[in-house]
Amino acid sequence: MTGHIVQLFYLVAAASFILSLKWMSAPATARRGILVGELGMLLAIVGTLLRHEVVSYQGILVAFFLGSAIGVPLAYLMPMTAVPQRTALSHAFGALAAALIGAAEYYKHTPHGLVMVALAAETLLGFLTFTGSLMAFGKLQEILPTRPITYRHQNVLNLSLLGLAVAFGVALVLRPEQTWMFPIFSALALIFGVLLIVPIGGADMPTVIALLNSYAGLSAAAMGFALDNKLLIIAGTLDGSSGFILSIIMCRAMNRSFTNVLFGAFGQAQTTHEQAAQRPVRSATPEDAASILDSARMVIVVPGYGMAVAQAQHKLRELYDSLTKRGVDVRFAIHPVAGRMPGHMNVLLAEADIPYDKLFEMDDINSDFAQADVALVVGANDVTNPAARNDSSSPIYGMPILNVDKARTVMVIKRSLSPGFAGIDNELYYMEKTLMLFGDAKGFLTSIVKEIGASVHA
Amino acid sequence: MHIDEVTLYVFMLAAFLGFELIRRVSPLLHTPLMSLTNAISAIAVVGSILILGEKDAPTLSKVLGFIAVTASTINLVSGFLITDRMLKMFKKRGAEKP
Repeated sequence: MTGHIVQLFYLVAAASFILSLKWMSAPATARRGILVGELGMLLAIVGTLLRHEVVSYQGILVAFFLGSAIGVPLAYLMPMTAVPQRTALSHAFGALAAALIGAAEYYKHTPHGLVMVALAAETLLGFLTFTGSLMAFGKLQEILPTRPITYRHQNVLNLSLLGLAVAFGVALVLRPEQTWMFPIFSALALIFGVLLIVPIGGADMPTVIALLNSYAGLSAAAMGFALDNKLLIIAGTLDGSSGFILSIIMCRAMNRSFTNVLFGAFGQAQTTHEQAAQRPVRSATPEDAASILDSARMVIVVPGYGMAVAQAQHKLRELYDSLTKRGVDVRFAIHPVAGRMPGHMNVLLAEADIPYDKLFEMDDINSDFAQADVALVVGANDVTNPAARNDSSSPIYGMPILNVDKARTVMVIKRSLSPGFAGIDNELYYMEKTLMLFGDAKGFLTSIVKEIGASVHA
Repeated sequence: MHIDEVTLYVFMLAAFLGFELIRRVSPLLHTPLMSLTNAISAIAVVGSILILGEKDAPTLSKVLGFIAVTASTINLVSGFLITDRMLKMFKKRGAEKP
């Protein structure tokens, strides 16, 4: 009897997760999506606790308590700029759970055949995602160097390590009773996870985070196979395909392939690029910028990771407010890979209370730049570089970019002329119509807002 | 234990369903989407509970299970809460503050 109730709970939980993702598609229904997701999770947990195999509850309750005690502050105290780090960390936790369950199951049953295949996949993906995500966390938190670290024969080494891990996995499937192989197999997966992320640079993080998301989901799905639990398979697969699609979207937005992101560390080929810092640029003061913005009718703002670093999103909202009040049409153009994870800019701008119907995707706004009086670039670089369109020798050639250069006037807030992550000089800065606003994004925006405010009272 | 073909069909259908569902999510919400799927994949808690709550589980299982339940609980609690926190911030023009 209980068995049937548990199965029913699991079935409803699976349906809830599907509905949850369906409702996530639009902001109007998204919060309902969370509610139904939580309900599904509750049913799954209660259902599991009811199972007759589960007899000892103390440990579970202590772990629930401990997990909540860590999870609640993690959710409420994290600043929104740190969301990519938090996401990386939770991929690590999820993957660790899957890997440890895999290990526990292995030592308990030493299963054979397809179950062992699933278990090996679960453990391999789990362990490599665990260390990989921790590395990604370290890079995003800037505990580790964010530049890609490369060395000779890196790819050969990584691939042979993965090959060795897979070989041990296959050997374990064939001879599960050889328990000495399991720790070696796990260690290889852990080391591979670290080495996989070492050559990844900051701007590739959106793709890599999405890919790790996919792996974490797939390892949960593999656990479902190993435990013959269809709820786990459905939830894990949904997560896996979500991460996979997001990483495809990110790759497309950079005109690169998976292999290129994972194995072709950006940033070396460009060192030969000639120094162009001597070329003349036009710079402007906050007063100049304010008067141009004030007399504009249509302004498109292009935010990038630099905005997040400078925490300038709230100042940007003030600028948006004061310009909108004066009848200027202000919109935001968001490149898919702006920031450090998919959708990062949208969250930051929403946090600053900028209405989401003013945030536009690249394809929806790109044709409007030609009509814009001002394109204001705040902390974005490579995604505005016309070289991606014009210069076939550029490493970013072919990458879809925001057509900032089509606007009547281009303003770029930037600390200095230093090249972006890819180490590529940006043609945009040397154009006749471009005004460089040198300084800290937050400070500069503050001055502009003050100037516009002053001209109201004058 | 063995894996029957129905399970493989479930996997296949879930993969296609996932693609269709996620394709429809507005890029505006990609960050909350990722934290939501993260919370959902904390369903690993089911497997973790089974390991930890078992009768006379060996110490190794207990330790691994305990860490796994804790890790999944962190994910599901913080995942759902932070997704909600993010979504609360998405407002349309003219919408009142809560």
